[in-house]
Amino acid sequence: MAKAPALPVGFELPLEPRIPRIGSVDQVGLEERSATLAKRSIKREAKVWALDLAVRMMDLTTLEGSDTPGKVAALASKGIRPDPADASVPSVAAICVYPNLVATAAERVRGTSVKVASVATAFPSGQTPLALKVAEVHEAIELGADEIDMVIDRGAFLAGRYAKVYDEVVRVKEACGDVHLKVILETGELGTYDNVRRASLLAMAAGADFIKTSTGKLPSAATLPVTLVMLEAIRDVYEETGRMVGMKPAGGIRTAKQAVQYLVQLHETLGPEWLTPDLYRLGASSLLNDVLMQLRKEKTGRYQSPDYFTVD
Amino acid sequence: MADVARLEVKKTYKLFIGGDFPRSESGRTYLAQGQNMARGSRKDLRDAVRVARSAQSKWAALTAYNRGQILYRIAEMMEARRVEFAELCSGEAEVERSIDRWVWYAGWADKLAQVLGSANPVSGPYFNFTIPEPTGVVGILAPDQPALEGLISRLAPAIVGGNAAVVVASEEAPLAAIELAEVFATSDVPGGVVNIVTGRRAELAPWLAAHMDVNALDVSGLDGEAAELERAAADNVKRIVRGQLDGQSAWEIAPFLELKTVWHPIGW
Amino acid sequence: MTELEKKRSAAPVPSEWTYAPAPEARDIVSLEERYGLFVGGEFVEPRSGEYFPTIDPSNEEPLAEVAQAGPEDVSAAVASAREAFENGWSGLAPAERAKYLFRIARILQERSREFAVLESLNGGKPIRESRDVDLPLAAAHFFYYAGWADKLEYAFPNRRPRPLGVAGQIIPWNFPLLMLAWKIAPALAAGNTVVLKPAETTPLSALLFCDVLRQAELPHGVVNLVTGDGRTGAELVKHEGVDKIAFTGSTEVGKAIQRELAGTGRRLTLELGGKAANIVFDDAPLDQAIEGIVNGIYFNQGHVCCAGSRLFVQESIYEPVVSKLKRRLQTLRVGDPLDKNTDVGAINSKQQLTKIEELVAAGEAEGAEIYQPPCRLPERGYWFAPTVFTNVAQSYRIAQEEIFGPVLSVLTFRTPDEAVEKANNTPYGLSAGVWTDKGSRILAMASRLRAGVIWANTFNRFDPSSPFGGYKESGFGREGGLHGLEPYLDFDGKADSFGG
Repeated sequence: MAKAPALPVGFELPLEPRIPRIGSVDQVGLEERSATLAKRSIKREAKVWALDLAVRMMDLTTLEGSDTPGKVAALASKGIRPDPADASVPSVAAICVYPNLVATAAERVRGTSVKVASVATAFPSGQTPLALKVAEVHEAIELGADEIDMVIDRGAFLAGRYAKVYDEVVRVKEACGDVHLKVILETGELGTYDNVRRASLLAMAAGADFIKTSTGKLPSAATLPVTLVMLEAIRDVYEETGRMVGMKPAGGIRTAKQAVQYLVQLHETLGPEWLTPDLYRLGASSLLNDVLMQLRKEKTGRYQSPDYFTVD
Repeated sequence: MADVARLEVKKTYKLFIGGDFPRSESGRTYLAQGQNMARGSRKDLRDAVRVARSAQSKWAALTAYNRGQILYRIAEMMEARRVEFAELCSGEAEVERSIDRWVWYAGWADKLAQVLGSANPVSGPYFNFTIPEPTGVVGILAPDQPALEGLISRLAPAIVGGNAAVVVASEEAPLAAIELAEVFATSDVPGGVVNIVTGRRAELAPWLAAHMDVNALDVSGLDGEAAELERAAADNVKRIVRGQLDGQSAWEIAPFLELKTVWHPIGW
Repeated sequence: MTELEKKRSAAPVPSEWTYAPAPEARDIVSLEERYGLFVGGEFVEPRSGEYFPTIDPSNEEPLAEVAQAGPEDVSAAVASAREAFENGWSGLAPAERAKYLFRIARILQERSREFAVLESLNGGKPIRESRDVDLPLAAAHFFYYAGWADKLEYAFPNRRPRPLGVAGQIIPWNFPLLMLAWKIAPALAAGNTVVLKPAETTPLSALLFCDVLRQAELPHGVVNLVTGDGRTGAELVKHEGVDKIAFTGSTEVGKAIQRELAGTGRRLTLELGGKAANIVFDDAPLDQAIEGIVNGIYFNQGHVCCAGSRLFVQESIYEPVVSKLKRRLQTLRVGDPLDKNTDVGAINSKQQLTKIEELVAAGEAEGAEIYQPPCRLPERGYWFAPTVFTNVAQSYRIAQEEIFGPVLSVLTFRTPDEAVEKANNTPYGLSAGVWTDKGSRILAMASRLRAGVIWANTFNRFDPSSPFGGYKESGFGREGGLHGLEPYLDFDGKADSFGG
């Protein structure tokens, strides 16, 4: 990747020539488009197909101060075999944990298709010197992480210091090497859809393999309109450069119905090529059981009760 | 065993705050129209104002059409209680006038901007428009008579434009107000848009008039004792409103509204 | 910046995710075999004795037979409206008139699904649109005008508004029930009575509406319905017992009506065709502009008088706009109007389809470049794929004539002045669209565009409180808002020239 020439201190990097037209987003038009897509009626075989895919795309997540090896081991088992009563239900894509729990998770998923994603870079706030953030990335990979979920420095972004935000992503991607990097924008803090678009383009320009909506630690997390903005930015980068960047909405996706709406949006914005865990993940925890209940309902014709599905 | 007439399950009369029916935090009651009425305190008023403030922004953010529909629904619920209302005021004729008046005001929600607002032909390359907006939280001192029509005639114009209201009910004839509260509770109006506190007016009115988070005070229900209240209201420049108790007009709505004017250049 | 494509995992890449059919249940609608005319509050047989079939344009299946009202039938309807006006309706307290209209609005809301299905069945438009746009707007229109019935003195300060008497109303097939609401609601609110003629191909929702009138207990004769083809409309226009004509339809017929009424002193409003310019500047929010363009011309299959049928793209962003547009067209789902996932439904009639085909052929012959996304069109029924023409000159027929179908012409411009000049360079003037991030430019464009409705950063938005109507050959008079009352009122006993 080409390096930008050295610039005087305080001179922020003009990004326009390096990435597709930044442009603006009309909130009302965006939300209307998002709402219309959410009205798609997906039934029967089409629904089962989508729910199965949703499981295969899930990053089953636990990111609590109180996480223990026991908790993570149980979650990992659940991720490998979500529904003990139905072997046809596939494994999830990944387990997402804090660096201290990576080793436990890696141990549990060894030999399966399930990956271990670790958050890093002073998740969730990102308010720590860069050197420490980079060190954390190295450490997490050392411990066994297959994927890294980093956060951007929102303070720098909102203060207009885009070059700093950009630089950090570049450095973290360098530290990742071949390990796949997701860049969390924390859209709930960015204030406007215009900013979400800018942050998306900036993260992709800096080398993100995936862009991700949220840490899940704020009340406002992924929403359909925010995700749509990010998908449109991904599309613009693809049209301009041929590069396929992935998307991960995280937080606030609790029901199977929502999961299907996210997939419809993906399908109609980026096309069927993106309907794969290599390019799309759903960051969730309680979503899994709702999807399992819906799958079983489609198979048996009966509405289900949570009693019949393991909590972890 | 002799034949005993069936015993009625008598109603308990409580306050109406935030869509719920709490008792007065003071635990007091007083007698009115032969019933134990909750005797609201300044703290009940304080709670009502807080809840009204919180509900008001959401009420104002609904589309005007939506507000109009909710107000119409309130009229539907009132119609269903004609018999009960008739017993609590001067009779059927007053009830019918009140319902029709409420419907009349409901139809204003989506027309105020066109009648009270304007596009203004300023000199210069600017687009300039004026729109009415709700003032916020309105305090209403309900009249004693007419017991139903009087309250309706103040409350409808106050809320149709997007305000929330805190009503101090008539001290001597509060039952119509409580019946109305039950109508609100069974319609689609969000909790907190209308709040009704029963009690002694002399005790409650000064607190409402002096409350720094109330934007307007409707004194139509008083004859003459308003000077001191108006003085207290001046501390946060409340809008003092005095209107009709038995008539209707778009100009009854206007005093509860602010007018906002916006400029924007016209150019390439 | 270029990067190598990502490594793919072993999981197979899906080639397509097919949505299963999601049909709305049709059994909510129950149709009669045959319908009479609605005169004096009941269904009567046409004195003409003539009936004709009405069909489902998505499969050409006949749905019912409706009456062809002849001159005697029209006269009977007008007499009934006159009787109702004189003996009851005009003398009724305005607040009571209001309450009838509120009832109608509420009933329409309750029976919304039933009407939406019928509208899609008889007209061909997608159920998602009839359910989410047509029905809510129709009910809202009645609700809005109900509130004006007893407030007319506020709408016209210093004037004494009085109803005109009997209004004759002729409506088109593109929004059958909504156009009915746009006509009947203000007429009744103002105190008039009505004889309405629905379009020849879409009478069923109007006929079902008569049942709403029955449920609302509207006094007999206040609303009368005469079905039929153009001859019925002509009879209504000629009839001397009608005080006011309101017409929505083609410019050609509108002119004929204006000629017919010339010198009679009878009031007239016309809402005719359009060839709207949808103007996209280089600072427009692009993805939302694309949605607006698509909505502007493919909503309701382009059967919209205010459709954004001429797209003017600022040359500096021509490439991204056209490529995004073509890509977006590929996700439009054309098919069964009753399927909840359908975006574009059937063309309303064979006649309209032929007209579209003819103009599209002309476009190709004149040298424009055509693009249509691949779609599987059903065998039976009337269908046309969404179409975009690029390389279009202003003088081509496809840029001048109203196609009234899902066909967009793309032209370019360099400066705002040029955009305005080209946009205004048409005998029509119904609507226009402007897409830009700059507020002052929106207002400047709005002040220069000669059109009755201007949408900035949006398109095809309607509201009962928002006046709608055209400049120039797109008609005169406004529907909606306070201004929509004016055409139905007499002031100080004199005929008024504003708006007709």
